[in-house]
Amino acid sequence: MAAKKLNIKEKYRLLTRDLDWEFSYEDRNKAFPFEEFEGIKITDWSKWEDPFRLTMDAYWKYQAEKEKKLYAIFDAFAQNDGHLNVSDPRYVNAVKLFLTGVSPLEYQAYQGFAHVGRQFGGVGARVACQMQSLDELRHVQTQIHAMSHYNKFFDGLQEYSHMHDRVWYLSVPKSFFNDARSAGPFEFMIAIGFSFEYVLTNLLFVPFMSGAAHNGDMATVTFGFSAQSDEARHMTLGLEIIKFLLEQHEDNVPVVQKWIDKWFWRGSRLLTIVSMMMDYMLPNKVMSWKEAWEVYFEEAGGALFKDLARYGIRMPKYADVIEKEKEHISHQAWWTFYTHGHAAGFHTWIPTDEELDWLSAKYPDTFDKYYRPRWELAKEMEAKGERFYTSGLPQLCQTCQIPMLFTEMDDPTQIAYRDCVHNGERYHFCSDGCKDIFEEEPEKFVQSWLPVHQIFQGNCGGPGVEDILRDYYRMNVGADNMDMKGSPDELRWKKWKGVA
Amino acid sequence: MTIEIKTATLEPVRNTFAHIERRFGDKPATRYQEATYDVQSEVNFHYRPLWQPELELTDTRRTAIKMADWYAFRDPRQFYYGAYVQARAKMQEVAENNYAFFEKRGLAERMPEEAKQKVIRCLLPLRHVEHAANLNNMYGSAYGNGTAITQALLFDGMDRLGIAQYVSRIGLLLDGNTGDALSEARSYWMSDPLWQGVRRYLEKTLVTEDWFEVFIAQDVVLDSLIYNLIYEQFDAKLAQQDGQDLGMLTEFMQVWFKDASRWVDAVLKTAAAESDENRLQLEQWISHWRGQAEEALSLVAHEAVEEGALQVAREALDKRLSKAGLFK
Amino acid sequence: MSKVYIALQDNEESRFIVEAIEEDNPDSTVIHMPAMVRVEREGRLVVRRETVEEKMGRDWDVQELHVNLITLGGNVEEDDDALSLHWNE
Repeated sequence: MAAKKLNIKEKYRLLTRDLDWEFSYEDRNKAFPFEEFEGIKITDWSKWEDPFRLTMDAYWKYQAEKEKKLYAIFDAFAQNDGHLNVSDPRYVNAVKLFLTGVSPLEYQAYQGFAHVGRQFGGVGARVACQMQSLDELRHVQTQIHAMSHYNKFFDGLQEYSHMHDRVWYLSVPKSFFNDARSAGPFEFMIAIGFSFEYVLTNLLFVPFMSGAAHNGDMATVTFGFSAQSDEARHMTLGLEIIKFLLEQHEDNVPVVQKWIDKWFWRGSRLLTIVSMMMDYMLPNKVMSWKEAWEVYFEEAGGALFKDLARYGIRMPKYADVIEKEKEHISHQAWWTFYTHGHAAGFHTWIPTDEELDWLSAKYPDTFDKYYRPRWELAKEMEAKGERFYTSGLPQLCQTCQIPMLFTEMDDPTQIAYRDCVHNGERYHFCSDGCKDIFEEEPEKFVQSWLPVHQIFQGNCGGPGVEDILRDYYRMNVGADNMDMKGSPDELRWKKWKGVA
Repeated sequence: MTIEIKTATLEPVRNTFAHIERRFGDKPATRYQEATYDVQSEVNFHYRPLWQPELELTDTRRTAIKMADWYAFRDPRQFYYGAYVQARAKMQEVAENNYAFFEKRGLAERMPEEAKQKVIRCLLPLRHVEHAANLNNMYGSAYGNGTAITQALLFDGMDRLGIAQYVSRIGLLLDGNTGDALSEARSYWMSDPLWQGVRRYLEKTLVTEDWFEVFIAQDVVLDSLIYNLIYEQFDAKLAQQDGQDLGMLTEFMQVWFKDASRWVDAVLKTAAAESDENRLQLEQWISHWRGQAEEALSLVAHEAVEEGALQVAREALDKRLSKAGLFK
Repeated sequence: MSKVYIALQDNEESRFIVEAIEEDNPDSTVIHMPAMVRVEREGRLVVRRETVEEKMGRDWDVQELHVNLITLGGNVEEDDDALSLHWNE
């Protein structure tokens, strides 16, 4: 008897979708208890379309192939002192920000997808989430391994995990993922699976990693692109989940739209850090933040929202504000870190004249008018031996936790402040977007662990800022941070390169 | 001379990350160590989960087991992601060759009808058991504490999905890809009295809250008994009835169980050695679930192997427990 | 009409895949960037197993694409013979 040939869809159905069963002895809702409280209506999980039909044997095979290639490069990188090939030692500060700010998010993604990968009642969606959970663990671990070599030769990476749980600017990415994970399983999928993975991680992993290649960092570009090869699966999962929710019940549409509005705003705030990495921290430039935003958000995201329009989904709220922000946020963020350079976990610097010219060319409408004069002033002060550091602690937005550094987009000289009163307490925000998010879920956002508030409440040691940086953050003040000029990183680099 | 200068100036500033140095001293660390220890967030969680507002996002109170250091659960296999997938890729390559050989040589047709029927009734329903095991291990991975144990639970969970898929493929090999064997096995799983005890047991594990208890019920108790009964005893019995070719298709499961047991035993031993309180809790859970499992499996053991088979499996389990320092 | 796109790591295997895509998708645009190559096309783009096999001179499984894939945009359909991307408008 000749065996019938099974196509991939049929085979996948038998090997995965057919494994689950209807309970007879326990209440199935108790095994999957979190599916109803968000108000999402699922009428039929069997309508779920599997984004990729990857069985575990194929998963092991292809992933092992990727890992083998990746670790061969890590080994070669370490054996050949690959850190000496980067374009400029300033570049390594982007790697520090990545390990302290981004890699722990991959860990949270692993945790979040393990949670939904256990909780969804539909086996197809569950298994796709489980594979993503496993991939995310891969990403954090390969990142640690890639950066392990840099840690041996540069300051500021050694306490990445301790710092991620405590440091003021790292609470921005941490709270973003805490927010998604503490939400219900469907909101988590719209937040991370759809908004973050489908649109926003491209901005981090594609142009930035291409930038790493352009700056001679073989280890980072290799893990970056190797991680992205999983990302294509994740993006498709994100798109499938949103289509599934919208097709299951019309009542889901407004709920999903509300989440899209929230998470695109939250995501664009989070990416402020990436904007500054692209425009200021990559010595060899690939494209400006603005250009990357246009390709990956406006063009790709625009196509996506046109596709979703048939369900009654519109562009995220404040898309018009977000569009204006691409001209400004990288400059506003780097200036903030430059002036708080004593409290950061990495080095800051004034862009070189050549870099200032590049920024002027890339941002013809804003850079010369609003931002270049600041740097010219900073240069003058530095030349006089008066490198500027601000002494105050910044006020943080209750929602995104970024210091109040953003301006009104129609008046870039005016810092934007919003506030509201909830249960007799006043809360402060950087924008209408963040204020809206708070007002939608005040019980959640009053809980924010705001690093500056915590310092003032005496929960982070002290009494002085330097005590907090040294003892609570475990920063090696003066080595891990302050200006790049004169730093131990710079001195070692010069010694390695044999320049005075 | 120049070489000397070069090596002197390229001396690393430090050997590893600070948290690894605090645990293991100032020396180069292994990839397992750097990928595992202290990677998970520990403090300053921002919001309570809407789905469990009485606890933090990561919270040690999700189990009755108490550990001074949750990273004590070192995986003896030292699996981080890369090591894990490469180990499994090797196993799947062997399995792939076995399955291809079985199909190409038409070994299904050589298998006596009676043996085939036995496989459909006694082995194929295990794809559903593996599916529950997938969920139960994901549960521990999602709600457990410390990367050392949560990553190993994730690997185990994914292994179980893989095994469910291999078991399903056995069905497809037997029925020539029609899916008939799988639907027959499903009906045994759903309504044959033979399997109802096991199904009841697993449904109970899926609504059990304490993740460590779920690990005990699934990975320690039930797996020990089932893997011994089916992949050892049933396999041997089938070989006597001219069904020895099945062994090519279950080799993966046998090799896997040996590998996973090494880790499960280490977890058990570490948790028991931590305190008397832990040890008593483990013994109480094990006694409870072992009683349930024996009852659930009595018909399966009898049908798949023979009278007394369950006793053999039980002895194998008890031996493992005793090696872990339990029921002394 | 919006553009769908696919980006691959710039390596030997990808070169064959990109060649196959170009052959099967007239009017597609290939953009080279550091370490990556991006192909975009209005509306629809397909990667066909047969064409890739022809270019590579060996059997090729559509799922092997994932080894070199960096990112993509569009709704995905994958079966034994092809992976395709499209937007519904």
